[in-house]
Amino acid sequence: MTTSSVSEFGVYVHVPFCRHRCDYCAFATFTDRDHLMERYVSALRLEVARAVEAAMPTATSIFVGGGTPTRLAPDLLAAVIADIPRSSAAEVTVECNPDDITAESLEVYRAAGVNRLSFGVQSMVGHVLASLGRTHDPSNVERAVELARRAGFDSFNLDIIYGAHGESLDDWRTTVERVIALDPPHVSAYGLTVEAGTPLADRPEQYPDDDVQAEMYEVVDDLLVAAGLANYEVSNWARPGHECEHNRVYWKQGDYVGFGSAAHSHRSGRRWWNVRTPDRFCDLIESGQSAESSFEVLDHEQRRVEGLQLAIRMRDGVPAGSFSDHDLAVLDGLVVADGDRLVLTRRGRLMANEVSLRLA
Amino acid sequence: MDLSRIRNFSIIAHIDHGKSTLSDRILELTKAVDARDMREQYLDSMDLERERGITIKAQNVRVEWKGHTLHLIDTPGHVDFGYEVSRSLAACEGVILVVDAAQGIEAQTLANCYLALESDLEIVAALNKIDLPAADPDRYAMEIETVLGIKAEDILRISAKTGQGVGDLLDAVCERIPAPKGDPEAPLQALIFDSQYDQYRGVVSSIRVMNGRISSGSRLQFMQANAQQEAIEIGVRRPATTPVAELGPGEVGYLIAGIKDVAEARSGETVTLASRPATEPLPGYRDPKPMVFCGLYPIDGDEFENLRESLQKLKLNDASITYEPETSGALGFGFRCGFLGLLHMEIVKERLEREFGLALIATAPSVEYRVTKTNGEMVKVDNPADLPPAQNIEFIEEPYFRVSIITPKEYTGTLMELCQSRRGDLSKLEYLSPERVELHYKIPLAEVVVDFFDQMKSRTQGYASLDYELDGYQQSSLAKVDLLLNGIAADAFSTIVHRDKAFDYGRRMCEKLKELIPRQMFDVPIQAAIGGKVIARETVKAKRKDVLAKCYGGDITRKRKLLEKQKEGKKKMKAIGRVEVPGDVFISALKLDD
Repeated sequence: MTTSSVSEFGVYVHVPFCRHRCDYCAFATFTDRDHLMERYVSALRLEVARAVEAAMPTATSIFVGGGTPTRLAPDLLAAVIADIPRSSAAEVTVECNPDDITAESLEVYRAAGVNRLSFGVQSMVGHVLASLGRTHDPSNVERAVELARRAGFDSFNLDIIYGAHGESLDDWRTTVERVIALDPPHVSAYGLTVEAGTPLADRPEQYPDDDVQAEMYEVVDDLLVAAGLANYEVSNWARPGHECEHNRVYWKQGDYVGFGSAAHSHRSGRRWWNVRTPDRFCDLIESGQSAESSFEVLDHEQRRVEGLQLAIRMRDGVPAGSFSDHDLAVLDGLVVADGDRLVLTRRGRLMANEVSLRLA
Repeated sequence: MDLSRIRNFSIIAHIDHGKSTLSDRILELTKAVDARDMREQYLDSMDLERERGITIKAQNVRVEWKGHTLHLIDTPGHVDFGYEVSRSLAACEGVILVVDAAQGIEAQTLANCYLALESDLEIVAALNKIDLPAADPDRYAMEIETVLGIKAEDILRISAKTGQGVGDLLDAVCERIPAPKGDPEAPLQALIFDSQYDQYRGVVSSIRVMNGRISSGSRLQFMQANAQQEAIEIGVRRPATTPVAELGPGEVGYLIAGIKDVAEARSGETVTLASRPATEPLPGYRDPKPMVFCGLYPIDGDEFENLRESLQKLKLNDASITYEPETSGALGFGFRCGFLGLLHMEIVKERLEREFGLALIATAPSVEYRVTKTNGEMVKVDNPADLPPAQNIEFIEEPYFRVSIITPKEYTGTLMELCQSRRGDLSKLEYLSPERVELHYKIPLAEVVVDFFDQMKSRTQGYASLDYELDGYQQSSLAKVDLLLNGIAADAFSTIVHRDKAFDYGRRMCEKLKELIPRQMFDVPIQAAIGGKVIARETVKAKRKDVLAKCYGGDITRKRKLLEKQKEGKKKMKAIGRVEVPGDVFISALKLDD
């Protein structure tokens, strides 16, 4: 069913440290554990070493995410990356806070083999950033992109979020236009999502409105496509050749392993995830145990359906015949034929859940 | 057994006035149930009963107290089950009237007391919850004296919660309630006052022997059903079922006779001996008559047979349900079901969903209309979809209720307003005491079945109480309001309403349905129409966004679960044309009234 070749293998590294927690964030990240950083990196390296010893495949992509990977001293991060066996053409991405990076730190990343950066921009409008509970200055983004270019990173991503409380359609257009002005090869635009347990969840009056978010999605899609970035997954746009290889592994049900607290892994239908807190993670790894917290095994049918549900979100869609004729009629305007594939229209991308439910 | 040592009684109380708690205390005090086996509301065996705090099916239990044998006969506590109450009372010589010492007597309790008085039952009154700070036993004792003529000084004061006064109450039962009378040598007459279906033992009936003796193994004649059965087992509940060889006059117990359907052993049935039958059945038998009707349809059309079997099984235990297959253009195949009242309807729907795992959609409830056609023919219509075309109708009559409401006097105004808005006719207004008023109204049943009870409660902070009985048919100016969903007239949505209210009803239903029908993938117009003329319209705007923003390594499991949940949610929706509608949309639409 999936088209992923056996040789593709992704490695994710989780860095659970942040200076400040954003109001909407539900990730396993902590603002009060900086004292653990060195210990955490040692544990990470131990976990990697054990996997390597157990014949982990060569990585075709590495993604360092968080949290805020740039909170770590650059050489610590470089050491972890160096431990992971990777193919010569591997894509190696580090998520960056635009405030943190310097010419020096980028130099260290570069030397460690990092060839792609992903910046958490979120918005280019001050009051929207404040509403998201973010602290950086939009001008830092311009500075960071400039530094990245100078350091030789020709592939990078800018992450933006739409639907913050108080964000107008014009605010959003401003963000998108200022992002395009930086000529990024890749943009991820996410609808702000209310996650249980976040400060935002306690403020229903600030919940994003679906209709407004739908309009914002159309705005960003119009502007990015006009700027030469094609949509290749619901929330991702790229110039040809700059699509994120690592994320494609997820979406093609490929195998990947995650290192660090709360990191998720997948191999041939078995998924597992590590304990959530860095403290527990360090304790377990240091005492020679696995950090696995829990797992699930998908049966053949679940895997098949899930494969379709992931595939439908991508540009290439699903094989013809993945919907009944009746459902295809119901989904008129959301799904169209493209050769022997069925793909989402733009309206369909906004309704991907409704469409996914009908995959058979 | 020595008749003079037997006492048979029921407890009459309003919901929440403490009947079940008092029953629990009596079981404890008489050592019928070990303290360690005790659980709250021991006699309410159905989960639904415990959750809703009401008794649906009658129970009975035998306990011993100071040389007396007491039969406590539990009665249903809701107005929908009035007939079952009257049968339970027929098995008693007295009642304990329990009144909340902080709230006073309620309409339905009063109605049941009148029922007890009419049957010449001795009333032992008790004010309960005297441990509450808000208790005002003196005031409510005076009130009971005024309305029921029971002397205030004879009214006991108890706390079923703490047990205070419960022993005195049992003493009073032995002293004041007369012993049963009956001739052990006469032909057998035993009254069935409740029947329940047990999947292993068949129908288990609660019986009270009036005359003669019943023993296991004897051949029985069921006089109303006109059927013969063998008494396979008779026994008493202590409350554990305990077989006995024989029950004589005045005794209460259970009977198992190999019957598979409670309809053959209904409340009110008289059992006699086949070999030596009584000449007359006991008085008071009647067929329970459904008052409220609605269509029940499986959300998944393939579940139709399953629904039929489930209704069959449920009816084994509840003879008052009626059902007949019907077809709806909008909903497919289902059943038109009849219920004693709206609560009964909700309980049945809930039981079908819970106990039989069905997902159902209920249509708007309706009463039974009598339609006289221009050709002089009269037809009964309990489904608005069956109403003949307007040009063929000479006139329509609708059923009326005689309603009595007891309320603290400060709510009189708001209640009169409510009754008037429901086309009620005030027939009498009485002061029960300086603080409390009883209102008598004549109201069309159709106006009562729809959220009247909830409205009354919310307007009076729960203080008013209601009792009603059927009071014949009257001609009314009625019209059928149709609802169109996405341009399609959905027969199951039609309702018969008074002409003066049709416009308002149509507008309100459109507004409610707009709130209750989730946004779909396309705009859904909702229209109300009378005879093809649209009188109101709303639109459920198309949903534009339903997508997970992120779907990375850690999100995939979550996403799959989310989609599974969304899929489950859809199973509770009924597709009407292309529109997905929640199964309880009509019940909710009618309830959310403000």
